Amino acid sequence: MFEFDAFLLARIQFAFTVSFHIIFPAITIGLASYLAVLEGLSLKTRNPDYKILYLFWSKIFAVNFGMGVVSGLVMAYQFGTNWSGFSDFAGSITGPLLTYEVLTAFFLEAGFLGVMLFGWQRVGDKLHFFATCMVALGTILSTFWILASNSWMQTPTGYEIINGQVVPTDWFAVIFNPSFPYRLLHMGVAAFISTAVFVGACAAWHLLKGNKTGPVKKMFSMAMWMLALIAPIQAYIGDIHGLNTLEHQPAKIAAIEGHWDNADGGPSPLILFGFPNMETERTDYAIAIPVLGSLILKHSLVDPIPALKDFPKDERPNSLVVFWSFRIMVALGILMIVQGFYSLGLRKKQRLYDTGWYLKFSLFMGPSGLIAILAGWFTTEVGRQPWVVYGLMKTKDAVSAHSDLQMSISLLCFFIVYSLVFGFGYFYMMRQMKQGPLPADAHDTNSHEISTISGRL
Amino acid sequence: MELDLSIVWFGIIIFATLMYIFMDGFDLGIGIVMPFVKSNAQKDVMVNSVAPVWDGNETWIVLGGAALFGAFPLAYSIILEALTIPLTLMLVALIFRGVAFEFRFKALPSHLKFWDRAFMLGSIITTYCQGVVVGAVVQGFTVEGRVFAGGQLDWLTPFPLFCGFGLLAAYALLGSTWLLTKTEGELQQTIFTFVPKILCLLIIAILVVSVWTPLTSVSIAERWFTLPNLFLLAPVPLLTAVLCWKTFDSVKKQKETSPFLMALMIVFLGFAGLGISLWPNIIPPNISIWQAAAPKESLSFMLYGALIIIPVILAYTFWSYYVFAGKVKEGEAYH
Repeated sequence: MFEFDAFLLARIQFAFTVSFHIIFPAITIGLASYLAVLEGLSLKTRNPDYKILYLFWSKIFAVNFGMGVVSGLVMAYQFGTNWSGFSDFAGSITGPLLTYEVLTAFFLEAGFLGVMLFGWQRVGDKLHFFATCMVALGTILSTFWILASNSWMQTPTGYEIINGQVVPTDWFAVIFNPSFPYRLLHMGVAAFISTAVFVGACAAWHLLKGNKTGPVKKMFSMAMWMLALIAPIQAYIGDIHGLNTLEHQPAKIAAIEGHWDNADGGPSPLILFGFPNMETERTDYAIAIPVLGSLILKHSLVDPIPALKDFPKDERPNSLVVFWSFRIMVALGILMIVQGFYSLGLRKKQRLYDTGWYLKFSLFMGPSGLIAILAGWFTTEVGRQPWVVYGLMKTKDAVSAHSDLQMSISLLCFFIVYSLVFGFGYFYMMRQMKQGPLPADAHDTNSHEISTISGRL
Repeated sequence: MELDLSIVWFGIIIFATLMYIFMDGFDLGIGIVMPFVKSNAQKDVMVNSVAPVWDGNETWIVLGGAALFGAFPLAYSIILEALTIPLTLMLVALIFRGVAFEFRFKALPSHLKFWDRAFMLGSIITTYCQGVVVGAVVQGFTVEGRVFAGGQLDWLTPFPLFCGFGLLAAYALLGSTWLLTKTEGELQQTIFTFVPKILCLLIIAILVVSVWTPLTSVSIAERWFTLPNLFLLAPVPLLTAVLCWKTFDSVKKQKETSPFLMALMIVFLGFAGLGISLWPNIIPPNISIWQAAAPKESLSFMLYGALIIIPVILAYTFWSYYVFAGKVKEGEAYH
């Protein structure tokens, strides 16, 4: 079934590089806003704990940001090098959206990042806070544009096709295409949740080590508040996003549910577990609850949900992949809601910082947000196949005509480089996180030493 | 007459490319000359002189790429497909170099040497590949209909390979003269001795390219060596010669700022020379900017943003340079 030809290798390379990439921006988006909040609170309350946390997380932010920038650069050029058919066909839409992202977001982040990281002694407190806010704003604008572009590929509107190329006719409809608001909310909140569980895991590690200082407790408390508040909201957003997909990309829903046949015309079951088989057109070993599928997706006891057999064989997304990636995402989401919910109870009992099993659970949940994001993106992207622009261009028509050998070498090259570079990056980030927030006087000593050195020179 | 959006966008892309060459040019140049500096403390100063701004500098190449994608999708798809190999190498080198900025300071002492090498080699390979890309664009591409019809190794010819060395000299000049403005004492004196040598190499490169380009392409030869163009364009080489002489002179007089400004102008003229050779083609030798342009709905939509936002970007970029103005001292705090 799978031949390792240049086309498949190009897809693997894209999936590999974009999966690696998305991890960094997700944390960047969350941390940037977290840092802005910390600095705002520090200015308002003058409580030194906030500044200590700011200095701690800004170092980790810097490493993460650097990796996001370089892995993002690869993405911007890969459209042209490996997907020239797509670039020529849809460049008139995705190109301008990407240009707006660069103009409004990348420059803003890059321009103010220098001041944010290096500018403490060179600008006043308020100006520094402004720089942090601009970096945070940049990350959010970036999310806006890139998701507009991706959503347009999922649910294209506001265009005409002239001479085999997309021509935009209504930019408002292009940007605010039907799936965009849902995807933007879902991904934005996902970035905040991922950061909350990530920050929470770091704090939990220190609490488990007995490092129960004020800043560490504050870190854990803020992360758990965030999680308790927004994890349930995310479940609701996910639900309405799903209903939107049902309306605009029914084949994706059928594949997610592993639902093949509506021949009986009755209500659809919800398949909890099973192995959808694309060859035999059935879901093996299925454990299903009758009628529940219709109830959840159609809010009805009789209407069936879309079935894969309603679509031509060559227009069905791979059900095995999306069935499972979707369930991984949902399962992790439920765990996060549980984690947030329990924090409320423990907080009430004043046991939040010293309940061993809960701290271990929080440590274990550290990467869960990022895994859920990857699983979610696999669901929506694999679920769009065989289309690259839904209904307009098939993925196989988008690829550049590179040889099998060239694509093998380039994939291998990216695999080695990414593992090496981002492996080290991960190692340095972990080391920084293990060090923990240093008390305020440690920073002072540090800068004091440095000024003596430069004085001598 | 209606505004010709294709020309406007070509202008914006040229501007972004020029900003990139100026700004990332000098921070890549620092990596190129770094192998010739021995002490670790001096290497730290060199990296610190650009650490707060390199990321913004590099964003201009992202703008160039994105704007090319949006405004001239045909050029983006053909040129990038044709140059996949050198561009991929460039990206890999940029990855190493970009993370080295952060990792150098976070690394264990035993890792430091590795990330220093990554920074130097990354800068050198990035620059060399960019030079190859420029050379390959001048050389032109085989196109049939709307697709690239040449081979993946078409760029692997002497001219682009030579251009790689030319760009190394150009960025090294920008990097070393930038360091003159940001350093003092022993390091600055060392750099002063670099500049004339690098400039000699650059002059050789410029001369070779100036002779080689018209020899490879009849249309480029006609552009430069027919009347009245010969006289109209004569200022380009003449001014370059004057500026080179001025640079030698100002280095001899130990001026700190003027060598950098001269270097910027020399690089600008070299870039302008290329532009004059290629105009109005965006995919040499045959496809013009008008043939490759996106529909006007795309061009005008992007133009609103560009006209409003680029001045704002320039303003805060300038501010950021202003905040970090002045000499970088040894041992000065990183964040």
